[in-house]
Amino acid sequence: MARLLFKGARVVDPSQGIDEKLDVLVEGERILKLEENISSTEAEQVIDVSGLILTPGFIDLHCHLRDPGQEWKEDIESGSNAAVAGGFTSVCCMANTDPVNDNPTVTKYIIEKAEKVGLCDVFPIGAITKGLKGEELAEIGLMVKAGIVAISDDGETPKDSKVLRNAMDYARSLGIPIFTHSEDKTLSAGGHMNEGPLSSLLGIPGMPPEAEDIGTMRDILIAKLTGAHIHVCHVSSKGALQIIESAKREGVKVTCEITPHHFTLTEEAVKEFNTNAKMCPPLRTKDHVEACRVALKTGIADAIATDHAPHTEDEKLVEFCQAPFGIIGFQTALPLSLNLVREGYLTLSQMVEKLSTNPAKIIGKSSIGTLKPGARANITIFDPEEEFILTKDLIKSKSYNTPFLNKKLKGRVKFTVYNGRIVYKTV
Amino acid sequence: MEHLLSAEDISVETFNEIYETAQKVKRALREGRKKFSVLRGKCVVNLFFEPSTRTRSSFEKAGKFLSADVINISTSTSSVKKGESLIDTLKNLDMMHPDVIVLRHPCEGAPYTAKPFVRAAIVNAGDGRHQHPTQALLDAATLKEHFGTLEGKRITIVGDIANSRVARSDAILLRKLGAEVFAYGPSTMMPRYPTAMGIKVLTNFEEVIEVSDAVILLRIQLERQNAKKTFPSVREYSELFGLNRKRLNQLKPGTVILHPGPFNRGVELTNDVVVSERTLIFNQVETGLAVRMVVLSLMCRRLEKLKEEVQ
Repeated sequence: MARLLFKGARVVDPSQGIDEKLDVLVEGERILKLEENISSTEAEQVIDVSGLILTPGFIDLHCHLRDPGQEWKEDIESGSNAAVAGGFTSVCCMANTDPVNDNPTVTKYIIEKAEKVGLCDVFPIGAITKGLKGEELAEIGLMVKAGIVAISDDGETPKDSKVLRNAMDYARSLGIPIFTHSEDKTLSAGGHMNEGPLSSLLGIPGMPPEAEDIGTMRDILIAKLTGAHIHVCHVSSKGALQIIESAKREGVKVTCEITPHHFTLTEEAVKEFNTNAKMCPPLRTKDHVEACRVALKTGIADAIATDHAPHTEDEKLVEFCQAPFGIIGFQTALPLSLNLVREGYLTLSQMVEKLSTNPAKIIGKSSIGTLKPGARANITIFDPEEEFILTKDLIKSKSYNTPFLNKKLKGRVKFTVYNGRIVYKTV
Repeated sequence: MEHLLSAEDISVETFNEIYETAQKVKRALREGRKKFSVLRGKCVVNLFFEPSTRTRSSFEKAGKFLSADVINISTSTSSVKKGESLIDTLKNLDMMHPDVIVLRHPCEGAPYTAKPFVRAAIVNAGDGRHQHPTQALLDAATLKEHFGTLEGKRITIVGDIANSRVARSDAILLRKLGAEVFAYGPSTMMPRYPTAMGIKVLTNFEEVIEVSDAVILLRIQLERQNAKKTFPSVREYSELFGLNRKRLNQLKPGTVILHPGPFNRGVELTNDVVVSERTLIFNQVETGLAVRMVVLSLMCRRLEKLKEEVQ
């Protein structure tokens, strides 16, 4: 089998407590060994990666690939390209496609198409309820057989608590987590941005952080009732983080993720009615942003996930209140996460934990998120110092909806390796 | 000033210049001089995505009195939903070489969305709950004409503050001109962060009576009250928050009443208030026309010409 040697990088792999200069030898699709000074003669191909950082491939717990049904925004191929350009070798895609991924046929379609594209793992997340309607349970068991890694009605967690309870009971028995978009939608109804000082100034109806807090509390209480593993998506409020913290202390099986935009930007980004700063949950005020950063530092937040949500320029070039929620995120996740390292919130090792080690654990995949010998050779190699301007030319997604468009970012993926193959490199 | 999108765009100097000119315009109008050649050869498009009588006809007259070609386009957002986007509508209009587009739209920020795509000057005639800068100009001008100055004046806006573009615009401009701005109404209608709007919320009518040199009543938008009402009944609203003869008589001598119109008689105010000497409601309409004539001239860079003609 072909051997590929990466020489001279600083290897950061929290799964083994490694943070040192090591060479990494890949054989076929697997990691063969990590050692100091592996001889070049041991490999057919040697790549000098000195000065760079080498980590297990990033795993995104939350993205929207829009395939099937909304391929004008994104499809599995363009989404995979964008993912690997951002250093992600596995991505979990939400079920709100058209048709909805609420049955094994759609699940299989996604997996098969992703395998054909062959750039990264695409792990489908199945719907909780048929058509995301919050009423009848979807064929969760059959979807698990077909390959889903979790269930979620992202954006529309069932309002009916009994339905949610049934779903959690069911998920527990199948051994998969339930991902919740936790929000009391009756309280945030009609809102287009955070309810904060800026919404008072602009007159745009707000979505109070309390709507998220209430949703989080209810969803966690039902998880506690059922013993299911709840993973709270894109947490953005201080209150929700406090609720998660105390639930964790009580022993509830809860994990959560925070998006790079929620730990980076405040509601001020909306000021000029920038629809590329419109997402749900919305960007909030400084105290919430700070709480998100601290939660990542203390471990209350387990993962960094992108909530990559492509919408075309045409769809976003409308009045603020008519624009859809969501921004793309694969190619901005690393530089924004590195900002937290530079600002002292995270060590590099903690950052990798949030982007790879912990996500693998949350979806129960032991062969990824690690560089242990025998693990799949999914590797991300990046230069933390390289600056670049995120132009449309660099964006691999079909959509450009990001507030970081044409902004300077620091920290760039140089190589992405998937199953031992270099699937992306920066030219 | 390239566009007029928000009361933020109006400096104190600009306001004073608009005010002085508007006073002269008003004098001319009262003398029966209603046709000026200031905007001859200029084209003003009134693009209204929301129903309006007062503001639209005020802009229309303002344009016509100045000899501009005025085109009125009224449409509903539903027709936009059928196909053409706001930006495309504006781009198409812009190719017909208007000099000013007066835009009213139900979405906050719509003129900001439109701005990069047109060459014409945009005057925001109301964008959702956000801004209505010519209303602020006419309210401030009405008050300045009455008091001589706004410095140190205490002005209370009563009604649905959270959903009011008039309140948002007035608060900004009146404060710039040295006034203090207060708000009063059902707490369901107050913004969560009043200080961000530059207002202080009062908690009862006694306080309104005590502090106010002027009271601006807002229209209760009955048509926007859906199932989730922010007040239980019209009867209760008028009893608790309406201005009636009794409260009118309790106001400090000299306190004046404004209302952007159209008003709901018996709700925000009773007939006693409408006919009272304290009311400036009808002055507002006249001042509004004058102010809009000045604004259109300003947008077309013909302010000096207007000043000459109204001498």
